[in-house]
Amino acid sequence: MQLSKTLRSLPLFVATGLMAAAPMAALAAEPYKVAFVYLGPVGDGGWTQMHDIARQKLEKALGSAIKTTYVENVPETADSERVFRQLAADGNQLIFATSFGYMEPLQKLSKQLPKVKFEHVNGFKTAANISVYEPRFEEGFYLIGTLAGQMTKSNTLGFIGSFPIPSVVRNIDSMQLGAQAVNPKVKTKAIWVNTWYDPGKERQAADTLIAQGADNVAQNTDSPASIQAAQEKGTYAFSIDADMSSFGKKAQLSGTTEDWSGYYIAETKKAMDGTWTGNRHTRWGLKEGMVVMAPLNPDIPPAVVKVFEEKKAALIDGSLKPFGGPIKDNTGKELVAAGSQMPDAMFNSLSTYVDGIEGNVPK
Amino acid sequence: MNPLIPMIASTVVAATPLIYAALGETVVERSGVLNLGIEGMMLIGAVAGFAATLGSGSDTVGFIAAAAAGVALSLIFGFLTLNLQTNQVATGLALTLFGIGLSAFVGHNLAGLPVARLEPITIPGLTAIPVIGDLLFHYDIMVYLSVALFLAVQWFLTKSRSGLTLRAIGESPGVAHAIGKSVLTTRYLAVAFGGATAGIAGAYLSLVQTPMWVEGMSAGKGWIALALVVFGTWKPARVVIGAYLFGGVTQFQLFAQGFGLPIPTEFLSMLPYAATVIVLVIICRDPKTILLNQPASLGHSFHSAA
Repeated sequence: MQLSKTLRSLPLFVATGLMAAAPMAALAAEPYKVAFVYLGPVGDGGWTQMHDIARQKLEKALGSAIKTTYVENVPETADSERVFRQLAADGNQLIFATSFGYMEPLQKLSKQLPKVKFEHVNGFKTAANISVYEPRFEEGFYLIGTLAGQMTKSNTLGFIGSFPIPSVVRNIDSMQLGAQAVNPKVKTKAIWVNTWYDPGKERQAADTLIAQGADNVAQNTDSPASIQAAQEKGTYAFSIDADMSSFGKKAQLSGTTEDWSGYYIAETKKAMDGTWTGNRHTRWGLKEGMVVMAPLNPDIPPAVVKVFEEKKAALIDGSLKPFGGPIKDNTGKELVAAGSQMPDAMFNSLSTYVDGIEGNVPK
Repeated sequence: MNPLIPMIASTVVAATPLIYAALGETVVERSGVLNLGIEGMMLIGAVAGFAATLGSGSDTVGFIAAAAAGVALSLIFGFLTLNLQTNQVATGLALTLFGIGLSAFVGHNLAGLPVARLEPITIPGLTAIPVIGDLLFHYDIMVYLSVALFLAVQWFLTKSRSGLTLRAIGESPGVAHAIGKSVLTTRYLAVAFGGATAGIAGAYLSLVQTPMWVEGMSAGKGWIALALVVFGTWKPARVVIGAYLFGGVTQFQLFAQGFGLPIPTEFLSMLPYAATVIVLVIICRDPKTILLNQPASLGHSFHSAA
């Protein structure tokens, strides 16, 4: 009796098994799904656009083996959780979160979605399924300083800061260090606008710095407004994220841009062949090609370009480190002794100006 | 050069779009209509002005297109609130959201393109005067037109017969209707005027302040214009003073930082908004000030029985 009951339900078991197997077979042939979550629109002409260009390169490199999706304009709030969860539900197995502010939502989600692999830009919290990646922007800003220090006539540089967080303070510090190395008299003025993106305010900040004598202005905010300001006033400026020379051909000397494609391709391959791991913190710079300098302005004198190329080569081969000692802060106290490197703890929480930057980092 | 001069000059440039938008809204509100859609209309004006200037190469065409786009959007608002009598607050908010979305959609391919900035005009003999020339005679034409607009609005509201009608409708549409004034026509014209000035204010951002198009570039200026109208207790002169004050405080905080004054930047960034709140509190301390100045029918739909 018991046996016959089992036997009678056998066809049902087989049928259920087949039904379960069918989608599995289809899944095996389906491409590996990779998703990208963007803070801004893909046409922002900067940060988000660079990520999207890399996404397209990734698709080109791996072809039909993968399928990428992106969601743009995702705020850094609890709203982002919904987006990540939806992407995971849609079968995306690797998700790149391309803004700092997704850090806390990701921490929460990593426990709920343990099978999904997360990659988070610029963060500092990892997990078994979260790895962090970050460009060595300080190398780019050091080279901006190399150019600005040589090109300035007033010996005054300007810097438009977004928020006084360590990763931005590192950029202004390394710019001043790069400039000081080629021009000991150089000083830097900083204005913090407390926004990543507000063209009107960035423009006003640039105008203010120029009015106060800064003839080379770099920025950590995202719009090309300061390039336009410099173009009108006949001074120099540096782009960020993307090449912004179309907004000021004469004004833009160079700038930092990012090429994320190398990293995205490498990580996707790892995820596909099973060698991907969490809890990693990857920092790539000029050498790995994640930080790329925007094309040099043809008006820069050859002698200046020569110094720039030397410094760049030294940064790439590792003989020059932006935060190699001796470094003093702007009150004269020693931060890094001669011959040593800035310790990681200080680097990760940097909140002091180096010698030559006016004022104090807002607390 | 005296460091005050560039500071004052940037103040004027920062205040000009606020003046356009706030003066328009003053007229709209004096007719009894509350249009919260300034931000949306500014963005539509910004993208339309930018696109038209890019296509035609002429700033004049750009500003006309911006005004037309602002009017078009405001007429949607007019139809909904004046004909269909929808809630003005909700409709205005919807208009802002619509404007933000539509401008981003229309401007998708315009991001990242440069356009030549509207140059400051030079007045022979006057611009060359030291200090005074820099302070008074070295702006683009739209700055001078904003002053003209102020004078025109001031004259219209206080001295002209149609201005009197408009104010009467804002205070008591029922009475105005009873003596044969057309509430609908007047309010439509006021709303369209507000749309045109908001459009121009937007184009000032995308053609003069930062000559480019970027999504959401008005960054809350429409809301500030709205606050300025209350700040100025619905009086054009006070609205303009408020706009310059706001522009000045915004500039001051940047200059203070550049000079390395040891004041926290968060505090400085807060300053313009804090100043607005403080003034609003002072104004509202005496309930009569608001009661006597606010158009009595502001925000109420009017439905004629006849």
